Amino acid sequence: MEDVDISIQTSALNHYFGTGEARKQALFDIDLQIERGSFIVMVGPSGSGKTTLLTLLGCLREIQEGSVTLLGQELRNATAAQNVRMRRRLGFIFQAHNLHQSLTAQQNVLMGLQVKGHLNQALSDKAAAHVLSLLGLAERLDYLPANLSGGQKQRVAIGRALVGNPDVVLADEPTAALDWETAAKVVDLLKQLGQARGTTTMMVTHDNRILDRADRILTLEDGRLVGDEDRRS
Amino acid sequence: MSRLLARLLGRLPIGWLQLVHQRGRFAAALSGVAFANVLVFVQIGLMSSMGASTLRPYEFFQGDILISAADANTLTDGGNVARQWLLQALADPDVVDGMGVFVAMVPWDRGETDISLTTFGIDPFRTNFLAPEIAADVDVLQLKDAAILDRLARGLTREEAAAIRLQTPLSFETQGRTLTAYDTFAGGGGFGGDGYLLVSDQTFLSLFPARSSGAPDHILLQLRPGAEPDAVADRLKLLIADSTLRIRSYADAMDEEVRFQQTQRPTGVIFGFGVLIGVLVGIVIVFQVLSADVADHLREYATFKAMGYGQGFFLGVVIEEAVILGVLGFIPGVIAGWGILTLMATVTTLPLFISFEMAVIVFVGTVVFSALSGMIATRRLAAADPADLF
Ligand SMILES: Nc1ncnc2c1ncn2[C@@H]1O[C@H](COP(=O)(O)OP(=O)(O)OP(=O)(O)O)[C@@H](O)[C@H]1O
Ligand SMILES: [Mg+2]
Repeated sequence: MEDVDISIQTSALNHYFGTGEARKQALFDIDLQIERGSFIVMVGPSGSGKTTLLTLLGCLREIQEGSVTLLGQELRNATAAQNVRMRRRLGFIFQAHNLHQSLTAQQNVLMGLQVKGHLNQALSDKAAAHVLSLLGLAERLDYLPANLSGGQKQRVAIGRALVGNPDVVLADEPTAALDWETAAKVVDLLKQLGQARGTTTMMVTHDNRILDRADRILTLEDGRLVGDEDRRS
Repeated sequence: MSRLLARLLGRLPIGWLQLVHQRGRFAAALSGVAFANVLVFVQIGLMSSMGASTLRPYEFFQGDILISAADANTLTDGGNVARQWLLQALADPDVVDGMGVFVAMVPWDRGETDISLTTFGIDPFRTNFLAPEIAADVDVLQLKDAAILDRLARGLTREEAAAIRLQTPLSFETQGRTLTAYDTFAGGGGFGGDGYLLVSDQTFLSLFPARSSGAPDHILLQLRPGAEPDAVADRLKLLIADSTLRIRSYADAMDEEVRFQQTQRPTGVIFGFGVLIGVLVGIVIVFQVLSADVADHLREYATFKAMGYGQGFFLGVVIEEAVILGVLGFIPGVIAGWGILTLMATVTTLPLFISFEMAVIVFVGTVVFSALSGMIATRRLAAADPADLF
């Protein structure tokens, strides 16, 4: 383990929801080290804490107990501004596509790029078009979400997450709306990005065919990490 | 338009795209802003025309100091001033000349409409106290019961007015006498009367036998060239024994009356309220539209927050929308406002119009108030929690 580049590290991570009588612990003592460029799949029954862990890693919730180091930076006690800056280095793929209804496919993808600051418009347009064509949407650049199928919308959302070359991709059941062929394409793309650019992917999924392609599979149960299987060797 | 805004903003014009995507709401918002603009334009048009028409009669005369009774808030209101004070004022080395001015309302029964003319009684030999265009014509007032009639008076047609001249005068009955207008001048209908009438002080006193030549309504003084009217007015206050009199420079008298009309008279106050209501209507409409728009896009905004967009970005989008509404709503607003004021001007003969200054002030106000409403509307953004998106 000595020479490996670690992009996500957690130790003694606990998380609670609610206060007083209603206080309920959702994560117990999570210790994790995730290598840069790896493709991690997280599984576990409903309510086991998978989404909670993703939101903590994504700087979307405050770290209450324990520590999370993301891309070399401690998230515990980070300021709101630090969180915002960190989130620009991440790519989020939500279960729902959450596309902006007034923007075309290409414009939605551009939003993922524009957050990094002022960029040359022509180059940005080209980058957005390129990502969409990788996802098989070259013909749909100017379509509004209302005129796209569910799978197409999800692919646009994936393009939006990837266009800014994120260091870490956090995805919560992103392939539910996709057919297997497209899902496989998306997984391959993420794995390629891991090889080529060191992009780390943490994906929650129940799709067994994706599990087969994972570098490592984490299993959560009742808020505890109960399984950690390395698939590469 | 999208391209232009993208250039301008250095980002996708999300606000614009959001607005045009919901055409119905966009149109409603624009008509709301336009409506508010029309309200404001009509009210300030009336207000400024009230200012202009209030000052109109002051322009008939030339003087440096006006002495009026304590309760003479306007040229036509209040008691009179003893002529002896005119003589006393002349004792001041800077005061070179003085004239008493009589004023009263004279009714004129025009058959279907009764009009009321603000009538000034002046000394026809003292033309130096009159505006040059009037001074040129006052010779005829030396005739008994002669008058010069306001050709812009309400109830008088252009043709009737144009026909009035020395050979073809217009006579009419009033106050039990027959007045004869031998000439006309450009006065203009105001808020107080329907027009103006000039007569000699002799004719005035025969129309109003109860009035006395020793007590005109106002005293107008002229000063030596280079004299300071305010300083002289201050000296006269000490010189003249009646301390209740209003002694002020002619310019101050004009300002005082405009202020009085706009703040003390119901009409002025109503116009002021009208402007306030117009502004409020605009603020409420823009706020409603923008906060509904924010509420509709909470999920998208939460997604953008998750992606790393900060508060400044969202404020920018909402202000972008607000400014677009302000700018695009102003255009129909100013056109409709202009149309309505022009129509009202023809009916009322009041000087109603939208000046360039007014347009600029209303435009800037519209954009500023829209932007403010937009800022308030972004408060709902706090409800967009990106942690709820997964
Ligand atoms: N915002 C919240 N407020 C209160 N409790 C919450 C909240 N979010 C999650 N929980 C609770 O925390 C626990 C873990 O939930 P979480 O959503 O992380 O599970 P999950 O593994 O993602 O489940 P699923 O597979 O259904 O998505 C559950 O008991 C859930 O009820
Ligand atoms: Mg979940």
